[in-house]
Amino acid sequence: MIKVEQKPLDEILGFLEPYKKIVLVGCNACAAVCHAGGEKEVGILAAAIRMARKKAGQTLDILECCSPRQCEPEFVEELKEKVDDAEAILSIACGVGVQTVAERFSDVPVYPGINTMFLGETERMGVWVERCQACGHCILHLTGGLCPIARCAKQLLNGPCGGSQNGRCEINRDVPCVWHEIYDRLVAIGQVQVLEQFVPAKKWGTESRHAGPRTLTREDLKR
Amino acid sequence: MTSFVPRIVAFCCDKSGYVAADRAGRLGSSLPGSLEIIRVPCAGRVDVIHVLQAIEQGADGVLVFACHEDNCHSLTGNRIVQARIDQVHRLMEDIGLERERLELRHVASTNGAKFAQIVERKFQELETLGPSPVR
Amino acid sequence: MKSGSKLESILTKGVFAVTAQLGLPKENDVTVIETKAEWLKENVDAIGVPDNQHAVVRICSMAGAAVLVRMGVEPIMHVVTRDRNRIAMQSDLLGATALGIKNVFCVTGDHQSLGNQVDSKNVYDLDSVQLIDCFRTMRDKGTLLGGTERIERDLGLFIGGAANPFADPLALHVIGLAKKIAAGVDFIQTQSVFDMDRFKEWMGMVRDRGLHENVYIMAGVTPLRSAEMARSMNERMPGMTIPETLIDRMAKAQKPDEEGIRICVDHIEELKEVPGLRGLHITAVGWEDRIGQIVEMAGLLPRPMAT
Repeated sequence: MIKVEQKPLDEILGFLEPYKKIVLVGCNACAAVCHAGGEKEVGILAAAIRMARKKAGQTLDILECCSPRQCEPEFVEELKEKVDDAEAILSIACGVGVQTVAERFSDVPVYPGINTMFLGETERMGVWVERCQACGHCILHLTGGLCPIARCAKQLLNGPCGGSQNGRCEINRDVPCVWHEIYDRLVAIGQVQVLEQFVPAKKWGTESRHAGPRTLTREDLKR
Repeated sequence: MTSFVPRIVAFCCDKSGYVAADRAGRLGSSLPGSLEIIRVPCAGRVDVIHVLQAIEQGADGVLVFACHEDNCHSLTGNRIVQARIDQVHRLMEDIGLERERLELRHVASTNGAKFAQIVERKFQELETLGPSPVR
Repeated sequence: MKSGSKLESILTKGVFAVTAQLGLPKENDVTVIETKAEWLKENVDAIGVPDNQHAVVRICSMAGAAVLVRMGVEPIMHVVTRDRNRIAMQSDLLGATALGIKNVFCVTGDHQSLGNQVDSKNVYDLDSVQLIDCFRTMRDKGTLLGGTERIERDLGLFIGGAANPFADPLALHVIGLAKKIAAGVDFIQTQSVFDMDRFKEWMGMVRDRGLHENVYIMAGVTPLRSAEMARSMNERMPGMTIPETLIDRMAKAQKPDEEGIRICVDHIEELKEVPGLRGLHITAVGWEDRIGQIVEMAGLLPRPMAT
């Protein structure tokens, strides 16, 4: 899922300075899974903001709510009544949720309470790791199920660089060299000969992230 | 002259603080009238939002009582609550609240005297610290 | 011949080649380059000029290489995928060859977090294997990458790449070398050799696959200046492993710099005997004035003239 983390409180307080009444909307999907923007975190953040404002001798009226999934226009529509009453919206969903809300309520300032970090896996409770960069052309069949675009600091496609040492990446000894892991995995599944194949240059500018904002359409589903 | 009487909220778990509080009462230890005890089945049930709500609703100080290390009847409840208290301390720093206003203490159910001593100390500490700025 | 470069002629003739690294300045000071080139020019066949090595901003390799060409000295220009996309690298190749540069060395490049502009964006549009393939395409097929844009004029180019005999798993890195050869690399320079046993093991695996017959392999060597330098290299430099025995020897020496040169020359003598090895690449950054002494002590002077 999308992994996110809350912005520092003072940054959020900075956004909210001019306002007396806001809506704080969370998201019960990815943001909730990271314990950053779900219903529970809405309550915690609202209490923290109110107390910080009170300490500064000001008040802030916060309408607390949470969408099941803030990237769906139907769910965002349900916020209308609350938003009508407010001067600004603070969203603690990922960047997609913030933008969906901003698009629907385009005459109200919308602020992000969250930094969207990456697409990742839960390594264990409280630890999330990057696994995918949505490059648009999956090659996991060539790498034993480990992605070098997301997990190699240099996005190499034809094997490790010279800086790979003891299975660790040159940027930081805590980071595994994914090409070393790919090799071990391919050996384990009897596919090491795949590594002999030349992988040609990636089509970054046409089929991937550098081609501009992408759209995905399913003709059979369009209404 | 108005004198400030600190309001303390104490989350007390069934297997440690709650029994100790009861014992303290029976021993005749005087607990402050402004102490409010909230009974929980295990300290691990206490979450970040509960502590924040206590402070927002007017507590000058919050105590959380848990079983001693390795003695938690739910095995890891006391460790889980420690991590949450650390999280609240970080939030308190962001908000601008003194960290002394929140404390996690370990007490055995049999030790009513210690329970009373901890509460009394916190009360005195809060008298010096003053009312919570967000009260 | 693919490029007509001096380095290519020497290797093609079967003479043991010697090249050296010339560290470029952080300022736009041509005199630094000229001074170092004067020290090196009679002692080596070609001079490698790295491009923003360790992701530290310096005068670019192409400028350094152009200065050498102007002096009548043969450069090896480095092309680093970290900083340039395929448009820039193909453009740089046209520019470089127009300026008389014939040898290129294609590398991925140390990650930007190791240098002095740590917030910079990755490029790595191509990896080193894809870059070698790209340059080979330009030279041999006469097109840009993609095959449709024609280049009318001939590009004389001798293409180099890197290999690390000291990384593990060894088998994986030997596969990497095979891929570079298949992609069209003409010569390989390795990371500096300190662990001779390990280097010979790698060469054995290379020979087993017959790779030494399809590419000119040159071993890297670096003279140590002190035990601290050795320890620091182990710490900081990706891909480098200096054995404790050598560090000890340096620590105990009366005159560490001379001991370092002695060790380097001993290594070179041993490397000359390794079957399949076709030359040497000497890196002594900040110490280029002693390279002549090393080459002489190793019995490799005088260098053959260009044909």
